[in-house]
Amino acid sequence: MYELPDKRGHFGVFGGKFVPETLMPALTELEEAYEEAKNDRSFFDELNRYLKEYVGRPSLLYYAGGLTEYCRGAKIYLKREDLNHTGAHKINNTIGQVLLAKRMGKKRVIAETGAGQHGVATATAAALFGLECIVFMGEEDIKRQELNVFRMKLLGARVEPVSSGSRTLKDAMNEAIRDWVTNVRTTFYVLGSVGGPHPYPMIVRDFQKIIGEETKKQILEKEGRLPDYIIACVGGGSNAIGIFYPFLQNEDVKLIGVEAAGHGLDTPYHAATLTRGTKGVLHGAYSYVLQDDDGQILEAHSVSAGLDYPGVGPEHSYLKESGRVEYASVTDSEALDAFQVLCRTEGIIPALESSHAIAYGLKLIPQLGPDKTVVINLSGRGDKDVQSVAGLLEVK
Amino acid sequence: MNNRISEKFSQLISKKEKALITFITAGDPDLETTAELVLTLEKAGADVIELGVPYSDPLADGPIIQQASQRALKSGTNLKKILQLVSRLRQTTQVPIILMTYYNPLIRYGLERVARDAAGAGVDGFIVPDLPVEESEEFHTFLAGNGLYLIPLVAPTSGPDRIANITGNAEGFVYCVSLTGVTGIRDKVPDDLQGFMETVRRYTGAPLAVGFGVSTAQQVAVISQHCDAVIVGSALVKNIGEKGKSPDLTESVYKLVRSLKEPLKSESYDGRVSVSGR
Repeated sequence: MYELPDKRGHFGVFGGKFVPETLMPALTELEEAYEEAKNDRSFFDELNRYLKEYVGRPSLLYYAGGLTEYCRGAKIYLKREDLNHTGAHKINNTIGQVLLAKRMGKKRVIAETGAGQHGVATATAAALFGLECIVFMGEEDIKRQELNVFRMKLLGARVEPVSSGSRTLKDAMNEAIRDWVTNVRTTFYVLGSVGGPHPYPMIVRDFQKIIGEETKKQILEKEGRLPDYIIACVGGGSNAIGIFYPFLQNEDVKLIGVEAAGHGLDTPYHAATLTRGTKGVLHGAYSYVLQDDDGQILEAHSVSAGLDYPGVGPEHSYLKESGRVEYASVTDSEALDAFQVLCRTEGIIPALESSHAIAYGLKLIPQLGPDKTVVINLSGRGDKDVQSVAGLLEVK
Repeated sequence: MNNRISEKFSQLISKKEKALITFITAGDPDLETTAELVLTLEKAGADVIELGVPYSDPLADGPIIQQASQRALKSGTNLKKILQLVSRLRQTTQVPIILMTYYNPLIRYGLERVARDAAGAGVDGFIVPDLPVEESEEFHTFLAGNGLYLIPLVAPTSGPDRIANITGNAEGFVYCVSLTGVTGIRDKVPDDLQGFMETVRRYTGAPLAVGFGVSTAQQVAVISQHCDAVIVGSALVKNIGEKGKSPDLTESVYKLVRSLKEPLKSESYDGRVSVSGR
């Protein structure tokens, strides 16, 4: 049986709680509130009602005939998280966490965001349940993702620009934690990925595992057996954990996480934390990180703002070391190519994040026989990326 | 092995004096200046000196110390050079020195190795703001083996059970975080400080030091009524940041520290001798 994390929030040696003392009681409070909610049927009834009628779940498992033909290898299915309300898997988690915040009597929620998808999903859930919402976002990302900034404001959230450090997701997360330390008594921190201190990696996984649970049921209906491969992109790693987790004990299903190799693994411009990082503590968890010889955190790079993060969820570090999941990477330009391939073969514009998973599929699938099936997690839609892709393709 | 921190507190208690603990970021603007500043701080009346090890992602710090860390990193500061600096300082001063550092630079250096090298250099203890008691056993063991202290932190949110657990085996002193928030300069002393300090006092006889948001002599005077030591960081770091390498840096730091120490001297405070049991 796979029963992680342990009581102290560890996945093997990874995970834990490395935060200022001021926050430790808040983490315990969150742990207890979550335990209680988990055992309360009415909590999940409410959550499931919103997932069905508001988010639009279950998301479809779509047989991608055009892409299958293009690859001339295995049969390809896409798990359509891009069809969720707000356009990505992020909302599965924010609805869950904001319901939890409401249950705990917190009136104010904060979140960090990189690409803006988690920020939009948090602002959406806060609007739905009538809570005050502040989203921390790096100034660099604000420039890259103007549309999502406007979206959050429309939804009633305040977007707080972060000017420290590299002005991206990592710094937004620092600032969110600083706000939380200051307003811990009234504020719920809606963390967007499977990183951070315990219990966040567990809570976010539990709210995202619905992706894999549905996939399992849907593929059995369509194929009568489990898939041979599941591919998902990994930044912090929440969509990947979401689809992998229900398959961890099905050893015949190969699970592949795809990181952003940016300009290339041999350049300083990548975000391949598991592939090229070393062990350390970032944002409250012991995991793989991109760091220099002195333990200073390095800036990550990816064409996709959602993967542009020098850390990764501790459970992924555990799954890498245990060998259960294989982690690979694709470059910016491979992801851009895959982005266009999916547009043309399927009429689906994928998020640049998800394009990394597709790009790895384009390499792997032609080598497989037609009797194999592959599921790719299409974690988000690409509307938000259209403008930056237009710029990038012109340069090319 | 006698630790300089405990010795200092014993001396102060016998003189009925309270401690001034000063924090500066090592390597801001450069390590040469830091060496000079440590001696200045001591001369001006600082009883214990905290040297901040700069870190790229200091999530318990406000803008003043964040920027100082950035400047220090730019000047090429790292843990190894800071240990060399302490080693050199030990030829001229026996002032207790504590390194305040986030956990990741320690992990990267190696927990066992850093404990050994720090002891060799003449460091007396560590404060690690992102290492709560639940995760600290390994590092604590290495430090203890080398006669070094891991200074425990308690916060206003901690609650009786955690305070008891955290301060149970306190060494040196207990770092009491005065407020919920990050380091920085505040106008006001938190209203609930007295109650918080009384709660902590119920669980430990170790000296209690109050830090976060303390920046003026007036605040020091008010706060010192409830504790055995006061920690000042951002006010000094701000001063250093403004002066940079200008020739009057040392003098302005000297003046500031002298004024901060004044209310802590025995004739200055209201005669309430705090019960610190050591």
